[in-house]
Amino acid sequence: MTTASPAAKERSFTDSIKDAGLAALVALVLASAIMGLRTTSLPGVGGLVVVPDLPLVVGAVLVVFVGRLLLDLFVWRKIIRIPVGDKWYRRPGGRPLAHHAQRLGIMFGPALLVFAVILPFLPVSDRYVMDLSILVLTYVMLGWGLNIVVGLAGLLDLGYVAFYAVGAYSYALLAHYFDLGFWVCLPLAGILAAFWGVILGFPVLRLRGDYLAIVTLAFGEIIRIVLLNWYTFTNGPDGISGIPRPSFFGLEFERGEHGFAGFFGLDYSPMHRIIFLYYLILLLALLTNFVTIRLRRLPVGRAWEALREDEIACRSLGINTTNTKLTAFATGAMFAGFAGSFFATRQGFISPESFTFIESALILAIVVLGGLGSQIGVVIAAVVMIGGLEILRELNFLKVIFGDNFDPTSYRMLIFGLAMVVIMVWRPRGLISTRQPTIALGGRKPISGEYVGEGQG
Amino acid sequence: MEYFVQQLINGLTLGSIYGLIAIGYTMVYGIIGMINFAHGDIFMIGSFIALIFIILLGVTAGSSFLLLLFALLLVLVIAMALTATYGWTVERLAYRPLRTSFRLAPLITAIGMSIVLQNYVQVVQGARVKPLQPLISGNFTIMEKVTPEGNFLVNLSYIQILIVVTTFILMAAFSLIIAKTSLGRSQRACEQDRKMASLIGVNVDRTISLTFVMGAALAAVAGMMYLLYYGVIDFYIGFVAGVKAFTAAVLGGIGSLPGAMLGGLLIGLIETFWSAYFSIEYKDVAAFSILAIVLIFLPSGILGKPEVEKV
Repeated sequence: MTTASPAAKERSFTDSIKDAGLAALVALVLASAIMGLRTTSLPGVGGLVVVPDLPLVVGAVLVVFVGRLLLDLFVWRKIIRIPVGDKWYRRPGGRPLAHHAQRLGIMFGPALLVFAVILPFLPVSDRYVMDLSILVLTYVMLGWGLNIVVGLAGLLDLGYVAFYAVGAYSYALLAHYFDLGFWVCLPLAGILAAFWGVILGFPVLRLRGDYLAIVTLAFGEIIRIVLLNWYTFTNGPDGISGIPRPSFFGLEFERGEHGFAGFFGLDYSPMHRIIFLYYLILLLALLTNFVTIRLRRLPVGRAWEALREDEIACRSLGINTTNTKLTAFATGAMFAGFAGSFFATRQGFISPESFTFIESALILAIVVLGGLGSQIGVVIAAVVMIGGLEILRELNFLKVIFGDNFDPTSYRMLIFGLAMVVIMVWRPRGLISTRQPTIALGGRKPISGEYVGEGQG
Repeated sequence: MEYFVQQLINGLTLGSIYGLIAIGYTMVYGIIGMINFAHGDIFMIGSFIALIFIILLGVTAGSSFLLLLFALLLVLVIAMALTATYGWTVERLAYRPLRTSFRLAPLITAIGMSIVLQNYVQVVQGARVKPLQPLISGNFTIMEKVTPEGNFLVNLSYIQILIVVTTFILMAAFSLIIAKTSLGRSQRACEQDRKMASLIGVNVDRTISLTFVMGAALAAVAGMMYLLYYGVIDFYIGFVAGVKAFTAAVLGGIGSLPGAMLGGLLIGLIETFWSAYFSIEYKDVAAFSILAIVLIFLPSGILGKPEVEKV
């Protein structure tokens, strides 16, 4: 990763071996205690005993040695160059690949949208695919909502899941105590979440940078703890079950004359509700996207972006920074509220377990990995991360290789965390590294993410 | 009154542990301005290493005093060394490549590293809680109140004395390192202006690495103290302790070493008193609410320097 100057000594193969050897030594130190000495409780012995596990340590050290050597040889310092000749994309006449990529990029969004619309009618769409798509779309929506706060206004919010929880619990509690339906509660949940956004935002938005981050994290935890412990109102850790399902303009998805299928003369199928939920979340997500795109062109949206670029300049131009931040916070919170009430109606059961810090981190990771402020980036990151997480559930085949003691679920999060680190180191500006400016002199064309500020709040 | 004194002692003990972790956060924040989210998990790794070596050495409460003391010191040194290696590696892998990148990138890798470390320990050590028989028992009775229902004793246990004394010795030692050694001077120079420091010959990368090493070593001490005090650990303790310690660092004024200690003690006291007098379920709410209130009135913490805005 060094920026080699021409005078720098050419690295040889032995240097690479030495380097990999050092890395292996560090790996040995790291692995020796935690991996090599396992604490377990044996039957018949009181307390814990330590069981050594040499093969694991040797394996880990070998993996590090070989991996580091290969990376060093082929990727980082390119000591061995793969002879590929003149790269085809560097031929005279500019870089056609980049040009095509840009044109493809323009096509990509609409193509994705068409795909999303026809997905339920494709032959591959069984129950599993639809459930997964609904999950991905929920995160796309949350990512777009958080993108308003983090990507546009540049406010680091580590407690976004709190508003998601407010939305979910608003619907669940309103339905539980007042028998209200989904369509009445959806806007109410959004309003309540936005209201909480203002209440929480008002005192803390004077803070900047990481102070804001920690206070939002704290609020996220406070809301979760209150939901967990206010047993008489929220049913505590047991959660709320029997949350009513949404109806299609008054038609319930049930068997019989008056159900959705009966009214339209279709055969009853449980897939109808799934497909309806799919279109519902697609619509909600697109609404989020549409509102964001339109807001970016309104004065308030411009103020958000200006705030992200330079807060002091904003203040000297007479923008009320507190109000601007509050609107961003509340708008983001409102969409989380919508997503939350959708989550409640889809699951039919919610508990504080679903609203832990790791969810906030996941949504933030989707926004940052996708490329801060990039709408399509959020979609790609959500598909990669959430889809990847779900695919990692299917690791059971590895039991054949590693034996029956192998438990894929904990490896799933391990791989997920590693992927987060690797993607971020590989593309620090996110998977989509260009941004579309809202206004420009002459033609609007994408600019590099490097030129976009990241905000101080 | 007696109840109050007992809670005060407990709160100070807990606060010392938080303070030790908070120092790691505050040093890293001071020098590179990032929240090292993986620090709580480094603390957890430290406590696991301490647990492993305590079991390996086979010391129990029955061992003679000198043997026990020697063994614990040995475990402390091993835990500090190994945990420091973890801290160094995390910095090297996840933060150094992003040194010049924008602010959120290292934050995301830090969260990723935190997930990795948690699940790594869960995979190799198992998800169950790990109990340890108490090694240091016994206490002084410093107050006694005779009531009709029975006597209420205010106890100051040896382990509490050990924790508070160790914390203050380490705190003093590290303050001395920062104030007097050339490493400390480099650290303060990097804190003020990294580019300028590199121009006058400070090895910035090495200084940052050593900051992580120092922070991780202190977290290992905190981890071992936690293990000895509570006698039970699992792979998840790092998150809660980490958030509390970061809260403590912010409360005290991030970037300030005495501030971290003060913040840690305050958070420990708030939590203990809230649990003792109000409700144990809402102790975290109390700690976080105090944080929010303090920050609203003192936006840069109690001992922090106010941020100067440069145009």
